[in-house]
Amino acid sequence: MNRVATIALHTFKEAVRDKVLYNLIVFALLMIGSAILFSSISVGIQQIIVVDLGLSSISVFGLIMAIFIGIGLVAKEIDRRTIYHVLSKPVRRFEFIIGKYLGLILTLLINTLIMTVGFYAALFYQTRRAGLEDFAPLGTIYFILLQLAIVVSLAVFFSTISTPILSAVFTFCVYVIGHFLSEMRWLGQTTGSGAVKGAAAALYYLLPNFSNFDFITQTAHGERISGILLVSNSLYALLYVTMAISAAILVFEEREFK
Amino acid sequence: MLAVETIGLTKDYSVGFWRKRPKRVLDGLGLRVERGEIFGLLGPNGAGKTTTLKILLRLIFPTSGTARILGKELHDVTTHERIGFLPENPSFYDYLTAEEFLDYAGGLFSLPSREGRRRAARLLEQVGLAESGNIPLRKFSKGMLQRLGLAQALINEPELVFLDEPMSGLDPLGRREVRDLILELKAKGTTVFFSTHILSDAEMLCDRVAILNRGRMQGCGELREMLAPGVASTEIVIESPDLVLLDQLKPCGAVVRTGARVCIQVPKESDVSAVLERVLASSAKIISVNSVKMSLEDYFLAQLAQGGTKEEEKARVAQATGGQQH
Amino acid sequence: MTSGAVTTSRRLSPRRLCWPILAVGFAMIFVVQIRIDRELGTYAKIADVLYIPSGTNLRRLCLGNEGLLADVYWTRAVQYYGRNRLERVVTRYDLLAPLLRITTDLDPHLLIAYRFGAIFLMSKYPEGAGQPQVALQFVRRGIVANPDYWRLWQDLGFIYYWELKDYKMAAKIFAVGSERPGADYWMKALAGTMAARAGELETSRFLWSEIYRHAETDEVRRTAAEHLVALAAAEQIEQLNQLLAVYQKKQGREAHQFYELYAAGLLRGLPRDPSGEPYVIGLDGRARLGPNSLVNLRLLQ
Repeated sequence: MNRVATIALHTFKEAVRDKVLYNLIVFALLMIGSAILFSSISVGIQQIIVVDLGLSSISVFGLIMAIFIGIGLVAKEIDRRTIYHVLSKPVRRFEFIIGKYLGLILTLLINTLIMTVGFYAALFYQTRRAGLEDFAPLGTIYFILLQLAIVVSLAVFFSTISTPILSAVFTFCVYVIGHFLSEMRWLGQTTGSGAVKGAAAALYYLLPNFSNFDFITQTAHGERISGILLVSNSLYALLYVTMAISAAILVFEEREFK
Repeated sequence: MLAVETIGLTKDYSVGFWRKRPKRVLDGLGLRVERGEIFGLLGPNGAGKTTTLKILLRLIFPTSGTARILGKELHDVTTHERIGFLPENPSFYDYLTAEEFLDYAGGLFSLPSREGRRRAARLLEQVGLAESGNIPLRKFSKGMLQRLGLAQALINEPELVFLDEPMSGLDPLGRREVRDLILELKAKGTTVFFSTHILSDAEMLCDRVAILNRGRMQGCGELREMLAPGVASTEIVIESPDLVLLDQLKPCGAVVRTGARVCIQVPKESDVSAVLERVLASSAKIISVNSVKMSLEDYFLAQLAQGGTKEEEKARVAQATGGQQH
Repeated sequence: MTSGAVTTSRRLSPRRLCWPILAVGFAMIFVVQIRIDRELGTYAKIADVLYIPSGTNLRRLCLGNEGLLADVYWTRAVQYYGRNRLERVVTRYDLLAPLLRITTDLDPHLLIAYRFGAIFLMSKYPEGAGQPQVALQFVRRGIVANPDYWRLWQDLGFIYYWELKDYKMAAKIFAVGSERPGADYWMKALAGTMAARAGELETSRFLWSEIYRHAETDEVRRTAAEHLVALAAAEQIEQLNQLLAVYQKKQGREAHQFYELYAAGLLRGLPRDPSGEPYVIGLDGRARLGPNSLVNLRLLQ
C-alpha cells in the first residue's frame, strides 16, 4: 500500500504547515499554563484544577483541531478540485480515503503529544513530584484521543457528502449530540409511544456515544480507569472509526466531480 | 490499438430542485484517437469537452456507452499508470513547494524517490520553473501554476497525455513553449489529446480534430482533409494604387487599405487573372499574391452554423473519417 | 445514478466489502456499548457527586445557551428522581436538590422545576428527599425570581400545611398568595378557613386535587393521585370504624367480618377500597386495608 502511505505522509505534511494549527497549539499550551495561575488562587485543590483545566484544554483544542484539519484536508480538497491530481493517478478511491484518514490521525497524534508534554510540564511544576499515580491522566488523554479519532472519521465521512462548511457543522453537531445520548434515551423511554422509544434506543446505539470517553472529572479526583473500560472503549472507537470510514468509502466510490 | 476509443458515450445530469429533469451534456460521442498523434477536441464553451475528458479519467461516470483507453476498459485503474492529465485551471496545495508536489505526484506512481526527484528536476526545467522549485505554491502566478500542471502530467513519462485547455493563462511566450513541448512529446511517440477553444493553436498542432457542439460531435477528421476542399480566396497585396484602379477592383472582392498598401481578397478564382491584369496595366506595384486556404475557424463556424439534420451530420462524419475501418 | 458501480465490475470491489463491514460493525458496537454501560455504571455514583458544578459559574460559561443547559439539567433531575425511585438506590435522593438548584440557576423562570421540587423535596422517603426545609428555601427562591406566579405561593403554603403542619404559617402564605395576579378564588377562602378547618380531610383532599388537576409532570400527577386515593381510603376507614362502633353498641359484641354488618343492614354491600380490594377487620376490631390493597396509607403520616 505504497500509495496509501504516500497520501498519508503528504496529508500530514500539508497539515503541519498550516499556521492556524500552530496558533491552536500555542493557545492550548497557554491554557494549560494558565491552570497554574488559577490553582494558586484556590486553596487545597491545586492539583485538581491543574488536571481538570489541563485535560479539558487538551480535549477542547483537540476537538477544534480535529474538525479543522478533517475539513481542511478532505472537504476542501474535494471542493477545490485539488483532488483531480490525485484521482487521475493510479489511486483507488478507497486508498484516498484511508490515506487521508491515517495522515490526519498522525497529525492529531503529534499535536496531542505536544499538548501532553505541556500538560505534564505544568503538572510537575505544580506538584514537584513524580509518582506512579501521576500517570493516570495518560489514560484520560488516551480516551480523548479515541474521541478525536472518531471525530476525524466523522469529518472525513461528511466531507464526502457535502461542502466544507456544512461538513464542519455536521461534525460538530454530532459531537454535541453524542454527549447527550443517555439523556435522549431516557427521554425516549419515558414517553408512551413505542415508536419514539425504539427510535431513541436505535439512535443511542447508532450515533457515536462520546460520553463513554469522558473521564476528566474523575481523573481529577484520583479515580483510575479499569482495564475493562480501556479495552471496551478502544474496541468501540476502532469499530466506529471503521464504520465511518467504510461509509465514507461507499459514498466516495460513487462520487462524481463535476 | 487505438489510444482512445469511445462508442456512444452519453452523459445526462438531472437538473432542477424539485422535479429532476435530465439534461444531456454529451450525446452518443464516438471518438477514435490513433497512437502517436496529436488530437484536438474543439468546441465552444459548454460543448462538453471537459465532460468528455472527465469521463475518460473516471472523474465522472457515463450514463451509457463505453470507452477504452490504450485498449483497456474505463474501470481499469491501472491504465492511469500510463497516462497523464492536466485539468483546466489547476489548483494545488497551498503549503507545498513545487518540488514537494512533484515528489508527491511521483510517489503516487510508486516511483522510487531518487528517480522521482530526477524527473521532477528535469520537468521543472522543461516547463521553465527551474528557479521556483522551493517556493510554496500559494505564491505561484496563474501561468506558473499552469506550467506546474503540465509538469505533474508528465512525471510518469506517460504514453498518452490529456490536456484540458493547456494554453490557458499563458502569455505568448508561454504558449510558444507549450506548443514546443507538445511537439516534443509527439516526437517521442506520446499521444496527445487536448481540448481547447483556441482554434489557431489546434490548427498549428493537431493531426486530427473533432468538433463538439452542445454535446454532439459535428465534425471529425484529419485537419488537412477538412480544410483542403478548395482554396477559400486569393489575397493580392498592391502598393500605391490610383483611385481609378481601386474603383475597378471593388466589385471583385473586399478591399482593405493600410497606409500605402491595399489588400484585396478575391473569392472567385476566375477573377484573379483579370484583377492581376488590371493592376499590371496601372502604375501600382504588386507586392504579393497568396492563396488563402479555409481556416479552421471558418470550418468551425460553418459547422456550428449548420447544425444540420442527423443524416447530414452522419454523412459529413463518414466522409471525414472515410477509409478508416475498424 | 449508480453508473460508477456498473463500471467497477471486479469481484473484490470496495463496495462489496463496505456493506458487510457496516452491518457487522453496528452489531458489534451494540454489544460493546452494553458492556461499556455496565462498566460505567460503577462510576456513575462517583460521577454523580463529582460533577455538580456551581450553577452561577455554569451560567456564565453558557454563552447565552443557559436555557438549553437548564433543560438538560431539568431532564437529569427528573431522570435522577425516576431512577432512584425505581431502583430503590439508597442515596435518599441526595442529589435532587443540587440538580434542581443548578437547573433554576441556569433558568430561574423554569417554573416546572420549582413545582416539582416543592413536592419531591418535602415528601418523606421513599416518595421524596424528606427535606422540607430545603424545599421551602427552594420555593422561596422561585418566588423571588417569579414574584407574580401565584402557584408558587400555593406550593409554599402547601409545604407548611402538609409536611410541617404549621397551619398558622400556611394560612398567612395562602393569604399573601391570593393577592397575586390571576390567583384562584379558593386561595383567599382557604386562608380564611385554614385556622378552623386545618387538618381536616376535606382541606387536604381539596389541595391535593388542585395539585393533581394542574400537574405538569407525570411524577407529580402520579403522587397526587396516590395521595388522593389514600385520603379517600382514610375517610372510608373512618366511616367504617363509626359503623363498627354502632354495630358493637347494637349487638353488644365486636364484628369480625364486614358480612355481619351487611347482614345487620348497616352496609349495602361489601366495602372495597379505591383500589378495588375489600376492607377487612383487624384483630383490634377496627377497619383496615386488605392484604392485597394497593393503597398506600403511609403517605398520610
